[in-house]
Amino acid sequence: MVDREAIVNLVRNIKQQALEERDMLINALHQIQNHFGSYIPVEAAKLVAEELNVPESKVYEVLTFYTMFSIKPRGKYVVRVCVNLPCHVTGGRQIIETLKQTLGIDFDQTTSDGLFTLERTSCLGLCGVAPVIMVNDEYYGDLTPKKVKELIESLRARGEGR
Amino acid sequence: MPLTTSTVLICAGGACISSGEASVKEALKKEIRKYGLDEVVRVVETGCMGACSLGPIIVIYPDGVFYQKLTPRAAEKIVQEHLLKGRIVQEYLYKMPTGEVVPEAMDKLPFFAKQVKIATRNVGYIDPSNIEEYIARDGYFALNKVLTQMSPEQVIEEIKRSGLRGRGGAGFPTGLKWELTRKAKGDRKYIVCNADEGDPGAFMDRSILEGDPHTVLEAMVIAGYAIGAHQGYIYVRAEYPLAIERLQIAIAQAKEFGFLGENILGSEFGFDIEIRIGAGAFVCGEETALIASIEGKRGQPRVKPPYPAQSGVWGCPTVINNVETFACVPPIIIKGADWFRSIGTPTSPGTKVFALAGKITNTGLVEVPMGITIKELLYEIGGGSSTGKKIKAVQTGGPSGGCIPSEYFDTPVDYESLQKLGAIMGSGGMIVMDEDDCMVDVARFFLEFTVDESCGKCTPCREGTRQMLKILEKITSGEGSEKDLIELETLGNIIKDTSLCGLGQTAPNPVLSTLRYYRHEYEAHVREKRCPALRCKALVRYVIDPSKCVGCTACARVCPVNAISGELRKVHTIDNDVCVRCGSCIEVCRFGAISKVSP
Repeated sequence: MVDREAIVNLVRNIKQQALEERDMLINALHQIQNHFGSYIPVEAAKLVAEELNVPESKVYEVLTFYTMFSIKPRGKYVVRVCVNLPCHVTGGRQIIETLKQTLGIDFDQTTSDGLFTLERTSCLGLCGVAPVIMVNDEYYGDLTPKKVKELIESLRARGEGR
Repeated sequence: MPLTTSTVLICAGGACISSGEASVKEALKKEIRKYGLDEVVRVVETGCMGACSLGPIIVIYPDGVFYQKLTPRAAEKIVQEHLLKGRIVQEYLYKMPTGEVVPEAMDKLPFFAKQVKIATRNVGYIDPSNIEEYIARDGYFALNKVLTQMSPEQVIEEIKRSGLRGRGGAGFPTGLKWELTRKAKGDRKYIVCNADEGDPGAFMDRSILEGDPHTVLEAMVIAGYAIGAHQGYIYVRAEYPLAIERLQIAIAQAKEFGFLGENILGSEFGFDIEIRIGAGAFVCGEETALIASIEGKRGQPRVKPPYPAQSGVWGCPTVINNVETFACVPPIIIKGADWFRSIGTPTSPGTKVFALAGKITNTGLVEVPMGITIKELLYEIGGGSSTGKKIKAVQTGGPSGGCIPSEYFDTPVDYESLQKLGAIMGSGGMIVMDEDDCMVDVARFFLEFTVDESCGKCTPCREGTRQMLKILEKITSGEGSEKDLIELETLGNIIKDTSLCGLGQTAPNPVLSTLRYYRHEYEAHVREKRCPALRCKALVRYVIDPSKCVGCTACARVCPVNAISGELRKVHTIDNDVCVRCGSCIEVCRFGAISKVSP
């Protein structure tokens, strides 16, 4: 269940802080997504529309345009793999294969234990240590298939141990 | 208070963080405390020092000793030896290819010594979360000069005379943009900093935001004064959480010190800055799409004109400059337009920050005068190929740019020269590729990117790039024909001419430029069904050399699809119908018996 009051408070808070009144939608969606971990439940999106007085269709339009927003629940760890040329030429292809194999999922899927979601990302600007992945807000560079496997194992151990 | 005897700068750029900066810093601090040195040794986290391939890095002043590739253990040793006993720890110094160790690497290494730093003058030298360190390096002096000694027109004139051009890619004269916006009709005007750096392979804006956020704030206030705006937005990608955090700190400090807000430095002028965070859309780097996104809409571009200078955020005249462009403004104001013009070339004055990535020894960021040749950049500064194989091409300008073949490496790097080669300066990403990289594969790769990132508003870009990708996939899977090459060119030119925004207009560039210089590779794919670089999986087979195979079974054990058969101590064979060409067998074979062939 979505906690109605919490969402309304979040949005009202943003409204109070903003310098301009008209541009709060994306900002609000970011905060709602953080509030729920890594996705935006449809009911919460509806509340945002209500509070900001914009049509639901506009909220939906924005939600589905930007790749960082998700209306589907994501795993505890969102693994974002850079799929750009600097990572590609330095062995990114093997990193992607290893991730898919180790996690047993394809892009935009979540493992059945709810721990990992695998996604593509555009360039992370860490090309100096390519290939690179991002897990939630942390970066991991200079990867090899071996390092990837170790990282996933350690996250798995940490995730299950909660 | 006891005097500080040593200052340890530790690089806290994104790349160093990813390679373990935090644990090195912890070890350093712990060891420093253990020996009671915390009163006399300061540890400062700086922005990116640029030498990403050497991280984690520390530099110890006053002598400027440069230690690289550190671990927590190394940090402990450096505290015990260097800081406590004054003895340099040889094993973590930088070593030249000749084996010679260089303690003061930052002054002496070609990687650093050849650079001229303007936009990145503070990055890696100061603590980005401490405004006083910025002020100590002439920070906010330019703002002071502007507010106390110059009229808005004089500011614009100085920027115009400096010849500064937009560092985001297109190279539009910055002073002219400011002038147009100042003259545009409207009570409200806006300054926008485009920090939606999305070009794959370019990361200078990230580094400036993380390493010297105040320079961007200062320049935005100056621009606001020049055009008559009182509100600015910084539009940052959500993929850069560290940059966002450091900008937030910087904005709060600037407000506290009176550099932002009402009556800045006691003048009549007031200016405020807000951060807007993107949500993962490459097209938002395009200025009209970025404006739509700031307004809280889908980031879709619109037809120009009107340009943002006439109608930008909320329909008001708006200046949009990128991070690196803004970072050049304060030094120009302090040192003057003539000084800036004395660096670089007549049509491209000043410096440019380049991001070296891909198969190059010294990856990272370098700032050099415009007009330097590609060869100097890649070999003298970049240290040449990292794989031991010959560098075949360098890709500039990301998905809007092109590939420059090694025959043209004597070309000077400036806006015009690169354009003549069918590439673009773009935001300054340089992705180096060697003989193992297939140019058709590279072109396909970029097309995949544009198809994914096309916002879908205009048909040429949405449908056209999809068709081009289909053709390229046909070619790389060995089903292409000569007709496809002509089709690619025709389609590419139509998309260039008819797309709505910069994304579509430049999307065919990677294909067209590789067709221009590497047509023979395309022809090998379509005529002989052969991939010369042995990269396109469908055109490559794996074979075992019977004279080298000793039957150790290592390959058969590692193969994920059981494509390899053979008994112990007998020659193995690969079933290419089953093989998925993952390359694990080649990696594991100690006898060099497995190789790729095409066809």
